[in-house]
Amino acid sequence: MADAEALLEPLIPALRRYAYALVRDHDAADDLVQDTLERALSRWTLRRRDGDLRAWLFTIQRNVYISSLRQDRRRGPHVELDESTTPSTSALQESGIEAQDILAALDQLPEEQKSLLLLVGVEDFSYDEAAKIMGVPAGTVMSRLSRGRQRLRALLETGRATLLRRVK
Amino acid sequence: MTGPNTPMSEYPIGEDELQAFIDERLDGERRAAVEAHLAARPDVAERIALERRQRAILRGRLDAKFAEPIPGRLRIANLRAVQRTSWVRSWTAAAASVIIFVAGATAGWFANEIAPAPLPVAPTASVAQGAHAAYRTFVVEVAHPVEVGVQQEAHLLQWLSKRLGRKLAAPDLSGFGYRLMGGRLLPGGNGAAAQLMYDDASGRRLTIYVRAADGTETAFRFQKEGEASTFAWIDQGFGFAVTATASREELLPIAEAVYRGFEGKS
Repeated sequence: MADAEALLEPLIPALRRYAYALVRDHDAADDLVQDTLERALSRWTLRRRDGDLRAWLFTIQRNVYISSLRQDRRRGPHVELDESTTPSTSALQESGIEAQDILAALDQLPEEQKSLLLLVGVEDFSYDEAAKIMGVPAGTVMSRLSRGRQRLRALLETGRATLLRRVK
Repeated sequence: MTGPNTPMSEYPIGEDELQAFIDERLDGERRAAVEAHLAARPDVAERIALERRQRAILRGRLDAKFAEPIPGRLRIANLRAVQRTSWVRSWTAAAASVIIFVAGATAGWFANEIAPAPLPVAPTASVAQGAHAAYRTFVVEVAHPVEVGVQQEAHLLQWLSKRLGRKLAAPDLSGFGYRLMGGRLLPGGNGAAAQLMYDDASGRRLTIYVRAADGTETAFRFQKEGEASTFAWIDQGFGFAVTATASREELLPIAEAVYRGFEGKS
C-alpha cells in the first residue's frame, strides 16, 4: 500500500472540487472527501489495477454522497426536485437563491444531472467515463447532459439579471 | 458519432453533436460543421452560446476550490494513522471481552471454595479463546470481513505464512459447502495470528485461526460459547482452531478435515 499515497494525493484537489460543488459547504465537502478516501484505502487491495483510479474514486465519492442523501431523507423531510417540481421564478427569488451563484442554481437540478454537469463540464471526464461512473448507458449520458444544461439555463435566465452579474 | 468520409455539409448535427461542441470535444472538421449549422440558426446558436458560457462560469467558480492546498485531515498518511488506531481499538475491545470471560470463570472457582492454585491456561484453551474472540469480532463484519480477499489468495497465504513463520495453506472445505473468502493478520499470543474466513451459500461463516503455541501435539478441545463452537488443537508448535456457528457434530468432521489439511505441512 506504499503506493496509495503517491497515487491518491494528486487526485484530492479534484475530489474536493466535486464535493464542494455537490454540498456547497467547505467542511461538509471535506467530510465527504474523507469518507471517500477512507473507503478507497480500505478497498485498496481490491481495486482493479488496470482500471482508471480517478474514475474509481469519483464513483466512490458519488456513491457516498448519494447514500448520505438517502440518510438525510430518512432523518427528515427532504424535498428532492425533479422534472415536475421546478420551482417557479418567484419561489426562487423569494428564497434568495437568485442572489447566490451558479452553484445554487446547479443545486436545483436532480442529482444525476448535477453530477453529470460536474463530471463532464468541470472534471473533463469523457462521456464514456461519466457513463461508467454513473452506471448508465452512454446514450443516457448525452440526453441527461442536454436536459441538465437546458434546465440550468432556464434557472439562470429567471434570475439572470442579478445572478450573472455576481458570478463573474 | 464520427461520420466516416461524409462530406462536411452532410454532417447530421444532432443534440449530441451540439453537446460535444459545448464541451469542446469536436475535432476541427466536425467543429466547423457545427459552426456552419449554428450560423444558419440564430435561435439555436444563442442557446448553445449560453450553455457554453454557463459551463465556463461553473468551471471558473470552482477554480479556487481546486487550487486550495490539501488540508491535513485529508492527507493519506494521517488517514492511515486514524485507520490503524480504530482497528487497534476494535481489537482491544475483543480482547477485553476475553479477559472478562476469563475473570468470570476464575471468580466461579473461588465461589465454589475449591480454590486450587490458579491453573495455567492450557495452550489449547488459549488458542480457542483467541480464535473465538477473533471470530466474534470479524464474522459479524459486513463491510470488511477480511483484510485480503480470496481474489488474492496466493498473496494472502504467502503474506500470512511469512508473518506466522509457518507455511499456511487454505484447506479446501468445499466438500462441506464452505468456500474461502479471504483472511487477515491479528495479534495472537506472543506474535501474530492468522484468520482465514470461509462462508457457505447461505452466508454462514466459518473461521480457521492459526498462531504459534507451546506444545507438540494435543487432542481436540471442544468449546461452545453462545452460538459459536470451536475445536482447537496444537500441532508441532502451532495452535489451530476452527470456529463456526454449528453443533459439535457438524463441526467435528470439518475440524478433522482441517487437521488433516495442516498435518505434516509445518
